[in-house]
Amino acid sequence: MTVLDVRPSTTRLLYGLAGTGADLTTHLATHGPLPVPSRLRPQWQEAVLHEVESSGLTGRGGAGFPAYRKMRAARRSGPGAVLLVNAMEGEPASGKDEYLLTFAPHLVLDGAELVALAVGASTVVICVPAERRAQIADLKRALGQRLSLPYERPNCRVKALPGHYVSGEESALVSAVAGKESVPQFHPDKSVGLRLGRQPVLVHNAETLGHVALICRHGAHWFRQVGAPEAPGTSLVTISGAVRQPGILEVETGLPLGDMIAAARPVPDVQAVLVGGYGGTWVSARNLSVPFGPQSLKAVGASMGAGVLFVLARGSCGLFETEIIARYLAGEGAGQCGPCLFGLPAIADDLALIVRGQPQPRDLERLRTRCGLVAGRGACGHPDGAARLVNSALGVFQGDANYHMRFGPCPGCRLPATAPVPSRFTRKVEPA
Amino acid sequence: MQQADLWYLSRATGVVALVLLTATTFLGVLVAGRAKSKLPSFARADAHRYISVVTVAFVAVHVVTALLDPYVNIGWAAVVTPLTSSYERAGIAIGTVGADVLLAVGISSALRTRLPARAWRAVHWAAYLCWPTAVAHALAMGPDTRFAWARCLLAACAFVVLGGIAWRMAGAVNARSARPRTELEPRRSLLAAISTGDATK
Amino acid sequence: MRLQVDPSACDGFGFCIDLLGELLAGDEWGFPIVKQANVPPELDSYARQAVKACPRKALQLVPQRA
Repeated sequence: MTVLDVRPSTTRLLYGLAGTGADLTTHLATHGPLPVPSRLRPQWQEAVLHEVESSGLTGRGGAGFPAYRKMRAARRSGPGAVLLVNAMEGEPASGKDEYLLTFAPHLVLDGAELVALAVGASTVVICVPAERRAQIADLKRALGQRLSLPYERPNCRVKALPGHYVSGEESALVSAVAGKESVPQFHPDKSVGLRLGRQPVLVHNAETLGHVALICRHGAHWFRQVGAPEAPGTSLVTISGAVRQPGILEVETGLPLGDMIAAARPVPDVQAVLVGGYGGTWVSARNLSVPFGPQSLKAVGASMGAGVLFVLARGSCGLFETEIIARYLAGEGAGQCGPCLFGLPAIADDLALIVRGQPQPRDLERLRTRCGLVAGRGACGHPDGAARLVNSALGVFQGDANYHMRFGPCPGCRLPATAPVPSRFTRKVEPA
Repeated sequence: MQQADLWYLSRATGVVALVLLTATTFLGVLVAGRAKSKLPSFARADAHRYISVVTVAFVAVHVVTALLDPYVNIGWAAVVTPLTSSYERAGIAIGTVGADVLLAVGISSALRTRLPARAWRAVHWAAYLCWPTAVAHALAMGPDTRFAWARCLLAACAFVVLGGIAWRMAGAVNARSARPRTELEPRRSLLAAISTGDATK
Repeated sequence: MRLQVDPSACDGFGFCIDLLGELLAGDEWGFPIVKQANVPPELDSYARQAVKACPRKALQLVPQRA
């Protein structure tokens, strides 16, 4: 397993990893003791929240909001809250949370317990996809080791849940933990928190909690020493695609995309990079100097997302890859909302026509209109992501689109699809 | 009013109620099946509701006249409780069941905005029981079923309702039930793919 | 008051589009697009009718955001 090392000073979460890190003693020796007093006081709770706020830590699950906000809201809603550790990682091209939980589970568990104690949550549920049986067993073992810790811990347990693309969406996760179907709930008023029955729920991504564990040990100032000011610290990214050394990388935010990808040894001629996730944005190779931070990525229509970087080589057809991903996304909706349920397959069909047939300008127009129709009209951001992906593809791969309009499928379409999706989505393009 | 009038009134209103119930059910199937038409879909839904109210009215008259009729001894309990009539126990019982369901559907629909959407839907599905019980009741009770016109009428009603249901089942417009959740292959861990060198192709 | 559609409840019957065409339109699959969320006073009773007509209670009237 490759841990890519760009600059040793920014190896924080992944510091000192040697094989599997599910050993508490090694973990405490590497990172130091957990800064939890044996008797909790409100002042300590306030200090933790203050530290997280000052650190400027933003969520690493995709949305990127300041982490302290949800924590403060949970604390205000009173005791007895439930903390959900979100390790569902529905993005097929993302492996960072799985990696972190495999090799540094105690860091995530530290963060989870710290946050739970700070907001007065009595229960912690670590949510993991059911198919990761080995990881579930390892986590249970790690929790067993933590019984020896000298402070009063919250009630922690591991919960295996069905792992679909949208299972990691907050309201879908809460719904699944409540024993219902793991589908997103319509929740337009964000100021009202989610609930598990009567209890307020706090959901945080696994990596975010790993950072909390380090912030509480080393301080907010230490955390801010590296990274972009509006989203400081380090971040885990998963690099895959046309690279010789795919893997998980810990980078300071604000590092240029090109530098990050360089660590994975990409093929000589990179065409574009899909940034964020399957619901993210294609960024052309021209823009690889763009720093990996919220403001700078926003300028090219992208965001950090779930830290996915999928590299596309020059010879491949970006529209074909996008069609494969779009078809996958169309099948991965919860099936609740009409615009997504009908719109995403229609968008995938439009892309199929563009890739495999001989499209007209009006086909591109219709595709653009449909992308505009589905965005914002679902209970969650799934259709928005699909629309974003397709719109960025039409922009970045304009040249391919022009070729397809004049000559039909391009040579790049003949190559096998590289985006990681279940194999039944990778239908080969027939010759023109 | 002659003694026999109540009897004829009950039979007549029964026939009309069955025809109205046929129309109600047919329109209901069209609404649920999202049949396309030049008329706004709400008009069809409104017609369904209106005719259902008239149906309930006719069923009410049908029941009351039958109870008031001194010729047959049914007993007020049979209005809601099946198998309590001394006259034609089974036949009346079928009618009672149908009327009970109609009553439940009617009340729940009158209170629809006050009920949770799922609860109202669950009760409304039971409405499919109304028409078959009405037909079975009609066949069991007679005496008009010995006439050809009555048999033709029943056949026509059956054609309309069963045709509508067949149309609906063939179309299966209900988006949610028609679409199965993607059955994921157990998702291959990306990490495993990276370790074995499969992530780059 | 403001119009809001719960997309997870909406089943595309389209009654709201029939009854409140000034504020709602249908997309190509029959699902409502809120052209204008803010309900002007003269359309208030029609908006309430449309809300009442929805078989799935997907159309909702909510207070204006502060």
